[in-house]
Amino acid sequence: MSATAPFIPTGAGSRPVRVAPVDEVALEARAAVLCTRSIKTTSKRAALHLAIRCIDLTTLEGADTPDKVASLCQKAVRPDPSDPGIPSVAAVCVYPEMVGHAVDAVAGTGVAVASVAGAFPAGMSAIDVRTADIADAVRRGADEIDIVLNRSAFLAGDLGRAHDEIATAKEACGPAHLKVILETGELGGYDQIRSASMLAMAAGADFIKTSTGKIPGAATPPTMLCMSEAIRDFADQTGTAVGLKGAGGIRTAKQAWHYLVIVGETLGQDWLTPARFRLGASSLLNDVLLQLGKLDTGRYSGPDYVTVD
Amino acid sequence: MAGHMPVDKTYKLFIGGAFPRSESGRTFQVRSADGGLLANVSRASRKDLREAVRAARSAQAGWSSRTAYNRGQILYRVAEVMESRRAEFATALRDTGRPARSARREVDASIDRWVWYAGWADKVHHVLGSVNPVAGPYFNFTVPEPTGVVVIAAPDEPPLMGLLSRLAPAIVSGNTAIVLTGGAASLVAVSLAEVLATSDVPAGVVNVLTCDKAEVLPWALSHLDVNLVDLTGAPDDLGDEVVAGAAENVKRIVGGREGSDPVEASPYVIGDFLEMKTIWHPIGR
Repeated sequence: MSATAPFIPTGAGSRPVRVAPVDEVALEARAAVLCTRSIKTTSKRAALHLAIRCIDLTTLEGADTPDKVASLCQKAVRPDPSDPGIPSVAAVCVYPEMVGHAVDAVAGTGVAVASVAGAFPAGMSAIDVRTADIADAVRRGADEIDIVLNRSAFLAGDLGRAHDEIATAKEACGPAHLKVILETGELGGYDQIRSASMLAMAAGADFIKTSTGKIPGAATPPTMLCMSEAIRDFADQTGTAVGLKGAGGIRTAKQAWHYLVIVGETLGQDWLTPARFRLGASSLLNDVLLQLGKLDTGRYSGPDYVTVD
Repeated sequence: MAGHMPVDKTYKLFIGGAFPRSESGRTFQVRSADGGLLANVSRASRKDLREAVRAARSAQAGWSSRTAYNRGQILYRVAEVMESRRAEFATALRDTGRPARSARREVDASIDRWVWYAGWADKVHHVLGSVNPVAGPYFNFTVPEPTGVVVIAAPDEPPLMGLLSRLAPAIVSGNTAIVLTGGAASLVAVSLAEVLATSDVPAGVVNVLTCDKAEVLPWALSHLDVNLVDLTGAPDDLGDEVVAGAAENVKRIVGGREGSDPVEASPYVIGDFLEMKTIWHPIGR
């Protein structure tokens, strides 16, 4: 299948990147081992704080309102109102229509505003329409843009088109960071995930991201490991460090530190910073706060003691 | 055909409809009256309690929103399944030293008790609720509501009757429960869990933790997502400061008072597991 071709074309003047095949059994075994690691006491607190600092606090619903986004932003800046020692999250992630409200709400706090754009979540619109959507989100003040890979072109074997569309999107982003969502649940296998990762990075992505969160089969430990290894290989081949964002189905603090372990073990400490690692999530933050509460008070807490959303 | 190889039962926990071993990997032994080994029973830890509370919490809204009639039917179904396993329950009681006749009597009385509580499902509201006379143009109702997630320290004696006499009134009204049981009483509790798993009771409505109650109860008392703790079968030396942990989220404490009867049968026992809500409703046209 051409989607697993060993080379990704990277446009005129640049060298193609090489894509090694994935050993599926070894990948899943390695991911399973990394997820058995136990983290306790002070390390646990540090991991939970780091997880919070890496969160893209997300709301992507048709029912989002300016007030809902404003309260999300408050939570992003000050996750636990009773404890100023808890850090802010990395960014809030919203639809383009909500970017203006989010920008107003987080102004001066250091929290970035990310916007999905480019006919999210399917990406099935003309490239002009998608580019205009991206430019619009940037104009509204988004610091980071999350677009989707053209899975249709990628799976049909038209890698050149999938690549060039990302490059076009990167241009439209201007100063904003570009995150490319692979929607791994739709790609059909680890070889394709690895190819798509390489393709997105070669096309200029600042981050590659697992999923939209709109379909089942989102971020999983082997998927995150597969993409981490692709990032490592890309850095080895080109010297460019690309970030990783997990999204979709990340609800518990335990999952969050599993991903920290996977990224830390594969890419090293340099990647354990919000500049290179993100977790797209909404309910995760509450679970992390509950875990921190348990560490502080020594008793188990419950959902009555955190915000509803 | 070769002779049958006996398959011994692994006594495990019952959490969210599944039968896991304790995450701690620990077990304790239950021995017969003459000292022979009867079972290695999983010994639950605080983390197993945490998982059980999570399962009970997620089952609570669904269970309490079923009609009272439906809950009664499901409890009745539990009695049907227990009925077909009377011999197993009687054997479990006999193994720990009870005379055969007494064991059979306890099993039969326990099933009767369960059916009796099942019948209360759609009647208890009439007995415990009220229409109150008030000075003003209002209807004033007091209606009972389930408290939420309850932890029950099951009495050691009588093992089956004591357990069912506390569990039935707790869940019949829509609470979800975590049963803490220990020692020889664990055997019938695990058998009961197997009955519950096969009788239409939704996963998480009842969770059974075989454990050292003195170890796990303090975690239940301080857990902020537990709404009520029944101390009927709590160890006698449970310290006041441990029970005071319940004050943090204004948990209710029932049972375990000196002289209280662990097998009392009364709609007021159901009431112990209920909260009363009073509603003012204006009368007008």
